[in-house]
Amino acid sequence: MAKNEIPLWEVFIRPRNGLAHKHCGSVHAADEVMALQAARDVYTRRGEGVSIWVVPSSAITASDPELKDENFDPAMSKIYRHPTFYKIPDDVGHM
Amino acid sequence: MAIPRDHLATFLLRLADDHLILGHRLSEWCGHAPMLEEDLAMPNIALDLIGQARVLYQYAGEVEGRGHSEDDLAYLRREREYLNCLMVERPNGDFAHTMLRQLWFAAFMHPFWEKASASSDETISGIAAKAVKEVAYHIRHCGEWVIRLGDGTEESAARMQAAVEALAPYLDELFEVDEVSDAMAAAGIAPDPASLRPAFDATVSRIFAEAFLEMPSAAWPQTGGRGGRHGEAMGYLLADLQYMQRTYPGAVW
Repeated sequence: MAKNEIPLWEVFIRPRNGLAHKHCGSVHAADEVMALQAARDVYTRRGEGVSIWVVPSSAITASDPELKDENFDPAMSKIYRHPTFYKIPDDVGHM
Repeated sequence: MAIPRDHLATFLLRLADDHLILGHRLSEWCGHAPMLEEDLAMPNIALDLIGQARVLYQYAGEVEGRGHSEDDLAYLRREREYLNCLMVERPNGDFAHTMLRQLWFAAFMHPFWEKASASSDETISGIAAKAVKEVAYHIRHCGEWVIRLGDGTEESAARMQAAVEALAPYLDELFEVDEVSDAMAAAGIAPDPASLRPAFDATVSRIFAEAFLEMPSAAWPQTGGRGGRHGEAMGYLLADLQYMQRTYPGAVW
């Protein structure tokens, strides 16, 4: 029944107002209306969210895992990009 | 206006039985649905229905005043004492049958709960306010499936139309009136079932138009459930439903 003819959708849930939608999984559904219902039934049964986005999985362009080294390793040695070299005056308090 | 307590208790049991029996039927799909997403969606709906049944049984037990708990009423009555309509006890059939039965029941219950949320009985108006949101989703979910199956492949359309023919005889019983429903309507406790037909027809005809489905004309109506007269399927259903309490009386979680 549920073979390849039913497309896959990525599901994003916003837990509450002010937060961003966060990827939480995927569902199979024939179209966007059914995908939203499936996402509601599968991922919001415990009050997880106030808003749902569904996106066809085929619409997502992913980075190539083979290119992991050249994509991400060069960032490792550049610790000066982390904002950890500033002295914060005591009077500023918690930032 | 005072109404006989017996009528109120009977009314509550009918409503509770509709929800318990349909919830049980839907729960039979758990683990057998055509896809994982539906395997969660159908038990979700079943749990809505059983939740509604629980509060209705609690209130029925209170009104009846014979010390029956919700479990006594749900599990320890005999077949002839169940007052659900016949549609809800029909076997699940295929997925098209199940979705259509659920759509029809929800399309009836939605205007029912809408009106009942202004009930003169505070317990009922409280139950209605919560149930109306749940049942709105049932219409949406089942309606979308009916549209997609009716307007789908040749086979899905044929199965959908077959479901319409098979379940049509059980439709009129939802709108049946008698002295119990008359007493509830007169006291402003619950709407007259017959008055809900236009709202039901509007919901179903909108969905059927998109699904290219025809309502069958002049089906011979099957009734009797409200008086405890059930079809053959009901005994098997109750055997399943009551097994634990009959085998281990008083068993609790």
